[in-house]
Amino acid sequence: MIRIPIIIIAFYFSIVSVFSQVNTDTTTYATRKLKIDEVNFVGSYYQQNGNNAAVTGGIGSEKLRDIPTTIDVRMSRKDKKSRLHSYAVALGVDSYTSASSDKIDPSTISSASSSDQRYYPTFNWQMANEKTGNTVGATLSGSFEYDYFSVGIGVQGSKNSKDNNRQIGLHLQTFQDQLTLIYPIELRSGRPTGMASRNTYTASITLSQVINTRFQVMVQVDPTYQQGYLGLPFNRVYFSDNSETIESLPESRFKIPIGIRGNYFVGDRLIVRALYRYYWDDWKLNGHTIELETAVKLTPFISVTPFYRYYKQSAVNYFAPYATQEKSATFYTSDYDLSKFESHFAGLGLRIVAPDGIFGLSRWNMVEVRYGHYERQTGLVSDVISIHCRFKQ
Amino acid sequence: MKYKTLKIFSALLLLLTSSGCKSVKEYQKIYLNDAEMELSMRKVQQTENSFQLYREGASGGNGGKSGGGCGCN
Repeated sequence: MIRIPIIIIAFYFSIVSVFSQVNTDTTTYATRKLKIDEVNFVGSYYQQNGNNAAVTGGIGSEKLRDIPTTIDVRMSRKDKKSRLHSYAVALGVDSYTSASSDKIDPSTISSASSSDQRYYPTFNWQMANEKTGNTVGATLSGSFEYDYFSVGIGVQGSKNSKDNNRQIGLHLQTFQDQLTLIYPIELRSGRPTGMASRNTYTASITLSQVINTRFQVMVQVDPTYQQGYLGLPFNRVYFSDNSETIESLPESRFKIPIGIRGNYFVGDRLIVRALYRYYWDDWKLNGHTIELETAVKLTPFISVTPFYRYYKQSAVNYFAPYATQEKSATFYTSDYDLSKFESHFAGLGLRIVAPDGIFGLSRWNMVEVRYGHYERQTGLVSDVISIHCRFKQ
Repeated sequence: MKYKTLKIFSALLLLLTSSGCKSVKEYQKIYLNDAEMELSMRKVQQTENSFQLYREGASGGNGGKSGGGCGCN
């Protein structure tokens, strides 16, 4: 299975090895005042169903519904040295219901996490110097829900080549998370209560290159180290003798994902976007991802985009299905997200750009709608529909 | 990580940075500057990326998050 995508990718790049560049905005801004450039709204509806819930030890309903919405405001100004400062302030809210979370304490009508909201604000600043081709920036983010909170801090920098055809970037990011130790109701006695920490450190390196007037590529490597409580305290595990405990996973995980993305403009109406990603971690999970999208421009302002994504992973060393774990093991989980499977995700997107405004609203200049259907070999299926509206000054 | 995969990525990197790339002038970037040619992940994909992050063991390398957050459900 792996050879086919690698051959396809190699074919893409061999055809166009004669070319090169990076998508860089060369617009010059006259104003030094802070002004709003655009406002983006993204709303989605997501639902899933399956029968391998980790909360009930690898059996039971995985039914879940989520309605995420985010709004962000992008602003910019020029300083006295003509450097462009960009600011983005975003707020996201997820509202979800989960059947499996309701099984943490089945004796109650509905446990605390069976329906919940998550709030996630983000603030980003970037400063770009057109003369030197350097950009630096910082990000502060948070995520807050009933039993979990996360704070993210990141710094980034990038350098453009003189001809703006190549860009190299580095993004250092950490997430400092705290989770509340909520155990299944029958396993609470004698266990520690309070909070546990989970910390993530990522050094993301990107290289973008223009190959020719129609083709550009990007390579991204995101080595990531996690430490702390990496399991979930309410995930049950059943041993082969039918006795029960909670999931136990190592306190560290090192991941290396490597992705390569290529976008090619074919003729005047077709854009092919492709991604291949290889993933490895020290829990012995290997993954391969292939994405292919073809944006067809029906007019200069309307495009439709059919897409397909294939994913394959091996199981982590510690996974076993319901009631098959050995008691002698140090680490164990029955979370099917960490099992061996293949998945397929396909759908369609529609994008409309209206320079004069959509529905008569002159500042609403773009709307994009996208639907996708997901099927995982374990039986989990899901559907997601999203809308993105962009308002420009 | 498999040695073979590393070799393939090294070859692709070499290809990217090789002299085979053409210097493209700003006025020649009409296709590259098209909004649909952006190499970063699109906003409309953020929910898809979020559920894939939690329903699958692999993360990162695609412009999305590579860690952080709960994925509790």
